[in-house]
Amino acid sequence: MSARDKILASLRSSLAGTTPIPDPFDAALVDDPWRYKATERVTRLKELMGAVHSEVHLTTEADWPKLLHDLLNQRKINKLLVAPSTHHGQAFSTYCQTHSTDLQLLAYERPIEEWKRELFDEVPASLTGTLAGIAATGTLVVQPSPAEPRLMSLVPPLHIALLKASQIHDNLYQAQQHWPKPMPSNLLLISGPSKTADIEQVLAYGAHGPKDLIVLIMEDA
Amino acid sequence: MTSQRIHAVDVTARNLKANAHLSLKDQQLRNNMRSAMDSLISKRLISMPDEDERENLRELGNKVRARALSQLPDLLEQLESKLTQQGVQVHWASSTEEANDIVLKIAQARNAKQVIKGKSMVSEEMAMNEHLTKHGIEALESDMGEYIIQLDNEKPTHIIMPAIHKNAEQVGRLFENRLALPYTDDVDSLIQSARSILREKFFHADIGVSGVNFAVAETGTLILVENEGNGRMSTTVPPVHIAVTGIEKVVANMQDTVPLLSLLTRSALGQGITTYVNMISAPRQLGELDGPEEVHLVLLDNGRSQAFADAELRQTLNCIRCGACMNHCPVYTRIGGQAYGTVYPGPIGKIISPHLLSLENTPDHPSASSLCGACGEVCPVKIPIPALLRRLREENVKSPKQQPQVMDGQGSRYSVTERALWTGWQYFNSKPLLYKAGTFLATRMSSLTPNKLGPWTQNHSAPKPAKRSLHELAKQHLEKKS
Repeated sequence: MSARDKILASLRSSLAGTTPIPDPFDAALVDDPWRYKATERVTRLKELMGAVHSEVHLTTEADWPKLLHDLLNQRKINKLLVAPSTHHGQAFSTYCQTHSTDLQLLAYERPIEEWKRELFDEVPASLTGTLAGIAATGTLVVQPSPAEPRLMSLVPPLHIALLKASQIHDNLYQAQQHWPKPMPSNLLLISGPSKTADIEQVLAYGAHGPKDLIVLIMEDA
Repeated sequence: MTSQRIHAVDVTARNLKANAHLSLKDQQLRNNMRSAMDSLISKRLISMPDEDERENLRELGNKVRARALSQLPDLLEQLESKLTQQGVQVHWASSTEEANDIVLKIAQARNAKQVIKGKSMVSEEMAMNEHLTKHGIEALESDMGEYIIQLDNEKPTHIIMPAIHKNAEQVGRLFENRLALPYTDDVDSLIQSARSILREKFFHADIGVSGVNFAVAETGTLILVENEGNGRMSTTVPPVHIAVTGIEKVVANMQDTVPLLSLLTRSALGQGITTYVNMISAPRQLGELDGPEEVHLVLLDNGRSQAFADAELRQTLNCIRCGACMNHCPVYTRIGGQAYGTVYPGPIGKIISPHLLSLENTPDHPSASSLCGACGEVCPVKIPIPALLRRLREENVKSPKQQPQVMDGQGSRYSVTERALWTGWQYFNSKPLLYKAGTFLATRMSSLTPNKLGPWTQNHSAPKPAKRSLHELAKQHLEKKS
C-alpha cells in the first residue's frame, strides 16, 4: 500500500459515520470591521505603508513619470528595470526620450538563467504595475507576468510600484473577489520592503528582498 | 556572563526535566526570553484592540479549521488533483524517513549540490538538513533566525523567532567566530552581512525548500507568509522548489484564508499582515521568464493521522503555527524552547509532539504545565490546549493493556503502585464510615505524619492535618447554633 493510500484510508476510517461540518463562513466578520469611504482608502493605505518604511507618493496619471524620474535622480540611481511592453513602461520610456536623461532603462526580456548575475549585481531599481491595493492592511496585490516576472519585485534593492487609486479595495476579502480565475502561477501580496526582527526583535529593513519600496498612487486613475 | 547552552546534540525530549533545570539557571537566556515574550504579548494585544472583532474572528478561525478537518481526506485529494493539473508534483510520506527519501531522490535526479531553505518547521521535524548533508548535499537555512542558529549548531527555540534566545552581542560574537567578520552588535550591520552571504547562496542553489502556511484545495495554491523575502527567494530563484508540509495544512477555499491570515500574523507578531504573502499555484509557465521549472509538494503524516483518529485530540491539528501559546506560556518563557528537546516547543509542542514522537519519548511533556490556561485563551483557532494536556496525562498513565489504544507509547508513566494508591483513595473517599474513621485518626495523630513526602516536599512544606476535620467543625457549629 502506498503512503498516499495508507494516509487517506486512515483518515477516512477515522471519519467513518461523520458528515462534514457545513461551511461556517461569515463574510461580515472579515469584511464589516474593515470598510472605508473612498477617500479614506488612499489615506489609510498611505499611512500603513508609510509606517513600515515604504515611501508613498500621491500623483496623477500624467505626472508620475516626472515624479519617478526626479525620485531616481535624487537617489542617484541611473538604471531602472521596466517592462517596455506595458502601458506604464511605454509611458515612462516616452518621458525619458523626450527629456534629456542619464537614466538607462533595462528590460527583463530573457529567461533568468541568461542574465542572473546582472540582475543580482547590477540592477539597482525596478518599476512594476500592481493588480490592486488593500486599504485595511496597507498592501499591494502584484501579479507577476511574462512582461513583469516574479523576481522583478524581489531582487533589485529598490522596488517602485504603480497603483491606481480606483483599484484600492477595502480589505483582503474584497480584493479576493477581483482576483484572476484560475489563480495565476504566482500572486503576491506585498506590504512594505523586506524586513526582519530575528535578532533581539530589533527591526531591520532590507533582509532578503528590496531594502526600499516606493509606491506611486495615481489618484485620478 | 556564563551561558549554560544546551547543545543540539544533547537535547532529547526525554530529558525535559534535566534540561529545564539547566535552562532555569541561565540568567542570560531568561532575560532574553522574558523581554522577547513581553514584547510579543503586547504587540499581539495592540493589533487586536477590539475584543468583539477578535473573539468573533477566533470563533470563525476555529470553525474554518474544524470544517477543513471534517473533510480532510477529500480536501487532500482535491488539492492533489488541482496541483497536478497545474504541473506541481505531489508526494505523500507516512514518516519523516519517507519524506527525506523523496526530497533526496528529487535532489539526486537533478544532481543537486546545494539546497537553500526558507523557513520550514516540517523540514526541522524531518531533520532534513542532516539527511541531505549525510548524502553530500549542502542544506543552508536562509531565514535570518534559522541561519544564526544553524551557524551555532543549535535547534530553533521558537517556531516564529528561532533565535530569540540570543541577543545582538551573542550574534555578533557568533558571526565573528564563524564567518570571520569584524565584531559588531549593530543589528543592521549583522543583517546586511547575512544578506550578502545568503544572496550568493540563493544565486547558486540548485533547489529551494520551503514550508507551507496554507494549502488551498479549491484552487491548488500554496500560501507562504513571511517578512524577510527569503521565502520568495527560495521558491523563485532556484530551478526546483520543494514545499514540505503536514497533511493538516489544507483549507477548503481561498476565502477561508482571509480570517486565518489575519489571525496568524496578528497572533504571531502583532502585524496586520506580513510583508509578503506568496501564493504559488504552478511552476514556471510557457512564456514566463523566471520561477522554478519544477515544483514539488511533500505531504507528511508523521503521527498526525493518529491525532486525527480521536475526535478530541484531532483539535491539535487546528494549529496554524503562530506561536502565541508559547509567547504567553509561563513555563516556556522561563525554560526557553530548546529545553523541550522537540521541534515544536511550548504548549502546542506539548500536545503535538507526543503524536510525532510517541508518548514514550515525550513522557514529561503533558505534565510540564501549570494548566494556567493562557495558551487556550490566546489560541487564534481556539484549540483547548489545557484540556488536551489533561487528556494526554490520562493517556500517559493508562495501563498499557487498557483499550482503546489511542496513542503510540500510551501508558508510559503507568505505575502499578500509583494506580493502587488512587484506587484506594477513591475507595476511602466514597465510603462515609471509613472516611470518618480515617479523618478522625488523621486529625488526632497529625504529629505523626511524615515531614518528607518525596518530590512534593522539594518545593512545598509537608501538609499537616488540621486539629479537627471540617466535618467535625461544621457539626459543632450547627449544634451550638441550635
